[in-house]
Amino acid sequence: MTTRPIRVLIAKPGLDGHDRGAKVVARALRDAGFEVIYTGIRQTAEQIVQAAIDEDVDVVGLSSLSGAHNEFFPEVVRLLREQGAGDVLVIGGGVIPPDDAENLKRQGIAAIFGPGTPTRDIIDFIRREVQAVRT
Amino acid sequence: MSDVDGSRGDYRRWREEVYEPFRRKGGERRQSFATRSGIPIEPLYTADHAAGVEERNGFPGEYPFTRGVYPTMYRGRLWTMRQYAGFGTAEESNRRYRYLLEQGTTGLSVAFDLPTQIGYDSDHPMARGEVGRVGVAIDSLADMEILFEGIPLDRVSTSMTINAPAAILLCMYIAVAEKQGVPAEKLSGTIQNDILKEYAARGTYIFPPEPSMRLVTDTFAYCSRHLPRWNTISISGYHMREAGCTAVQEVAFTLANAIAYVEAALAAGLEVDQFAPRLSFFFNADSEFFEEVAKFRAARRLWAKIMRERFGARDPRSLMLRFHTQTSGAALTAQQPLNNVVRVTLQALAAVLGGTQSLHTNAYDEALALPTEASAGLALRTQQIIAHEAGVTETIDPLGGSYYVEALTDEIERRAQEYLDRIDEMGGAVAAIDRGFIQREIQDAAYRFQQQVESGERIIVGVNAYTAEAEAMPEILKVDPSLERQQAERVRQVRANRDAAAVAQALERLERAARGRDNLLPYILDAVRVYGTLGEICDVLRGVFGEYRPHDEL
Repeated sequence: MTTRPIRVLIAKPGLDGHDRGAKVVARALRDAGFEVIYTGIRQTAEQIVQAAIDEDVDVVGLSSLSGAHNEFFPEVVRLLREQGAGDVLVIGGGVIPPDDAENLKRQGIAAIFGPGTPTRDIIDFIRREVQAVRT
Repeated sequence: MSDVDGSRGDYRRWREEVYEPFRRKGGERRQSFATRSGIPIEPLYTADHAAGVEERNGFPGEYPFTRGVYPTMYRGRLWTMRQYAGFGTAEESNRRYRYLLEQGTTGLSVAFDLPTQIGYDSDHPMARGEVGRVGVAIDSLADMEILFEGIPLDRVSTSMTINAPAAILLCMYIAVAEKQGVPAEKLSGTIQNDILKEYAARGTYIFPPEPSMRLVTDTFAYCSRHLPRWNTISISGYHMREAGCTAVQEVAFTLANAIAYVEAALAAGLEVDQFAPRLSFFFNADSEFFEEVAKFRAARRLWAKIMRERFGARDPRSLMLRFHTQTSGAALTAQQPLNNVVRVTLQALAAVLGGTQSLHTNAYDEALALPTEASAGLALRTQQIIAHEAGVTETIDPLGGSYYVEALTDEIERRAQEYLDRIDEMGGAVAAIDRGFIQREIQDAAYRFQQQVESGERIIVGVNAYTAEAEAMPEILKVDPSLERQQAERVRQVRANRDAAAVAQALERLERAARGRDNLLPYILDAVRVYGTLGEICDVLRGVFGEYRPHDEL
């Protein structure tokens, strides 16, 4: 039985231009066999959710290093649910203080991967979670 | 590295007779050794590796300035300790500046929030969530007046990290000085104003390259007449390095951009020695100590040659690569954050031994959040200890003559020149950015580095080795989210209380000028004086110039 490759949207919400982490993660996921779409910088939550739906992704990975994560990450989760795409796994990364990470998890962000995270941790997490949703 | 026949052959003899047999028996920690730029590292450096270096280097204060731009360097005056700071409202940032000045900082460095850097007022929908986060929110002259309240602008030098709207913030600074009774010619400081690296790495562009370059050269021309002590640009490798490029690439891409600015200014009719003395640079200090020291020396020598040989500059100040340094943000770890104090110390020392003119040391908590007052204070103390206790400032270029540092300096220069030749073949930096070459090189290097860390080939203490389970997290700074509403309210108040007709007129004149060929700065200055907002001025220019659309690829 062939399964569809896992599809991931990597997105940069807000005005933050630090995209090194987003691009490194995107490339590592692609090398791991996922289909990866990168939005580029300066995306609104609405644009990200639209792209996630248009591209029919399993996962949205959000990256923000400007401190705007509390504003944008929960908003993406909320809009996905509103559009009937609440099963999309939302994960995040960036400069995110530990307290904020806990708060974000309570608001539906499945995991926060901070600086120094090995990309294989992210890959393993996505595989496991998407598997669980699909079965 | 360079092929060494060895005039005396001593190195070759030692290598063959002593080193190789020993290595074959006992092995080495690695198969091969190389710097992060990929420069192979010999087991030992000798005079054979640095033959002729005295002629290549020259003396401090003399062409090609390898050993320093000034004849006395830190014996005459220490570097400027300039801590980049700013957050929240103008009032809060003003308090932080006054604190830093009391603590002995010698120059201000203003961090603006992202909406300001991208030309949106705080009440614009695109500004949502970002107001006051990574820097101070400045919407109009009213905010700028508060930001510098009680700070005499004729007595401090101020660096402003602002690029796409640099001309507008500079005009606001001039207007605040006017209100303090300080004439423009007395102002000293720097605007970053380096748009090319925004397209390549940093991301706060607004307009397409061509009109952006016009704003840059208009600023050169205006300052050469009215602000003789102002650094009109800070050509920055810092952010490309943060985005992942190597030390060699940092030198190459920065100087490629610098060449593009010089060519644009010449094309706009300026004389090279009229603007080149006010060009300044901004580099990263990362953790690989010797490669970093050599990088600064190589950059100085290469730039001096380019300015003299390629552009025919005659004024010695046009040949001097003067630079600011900031320690690497990307090298800071969220794990075991106190370790960052040590990293920053080593990086800062490399910058000082590389002959920097000013320095920002990062705070240890910046992989977690903006620095607190305490962590920012410690970062400044780090510089003061290097300056006053370590004994590294009493002679010029103390690592000059180190066989290894000299060999690395030569090799970095050679490899950077190779990149410059390739970029020239593509038609220069603007073309190289346009076809994604620089971006791709940066991304590839970032990915390679990540793979080296993940494979354990590169050790990052506390991250992929010597990790700890439970870690105590430091107190971190939190920006109050309600300030966005306050700041949005303030800009609405400014718009309600100003002379609306005067603003409309000034913006109309600016629009006409933007469509023509006049220098835009006098028109921008008129608009900010009557409290035209940053967003309004940028909107006028967006209407005429259009907006840049990047083409991202992985």
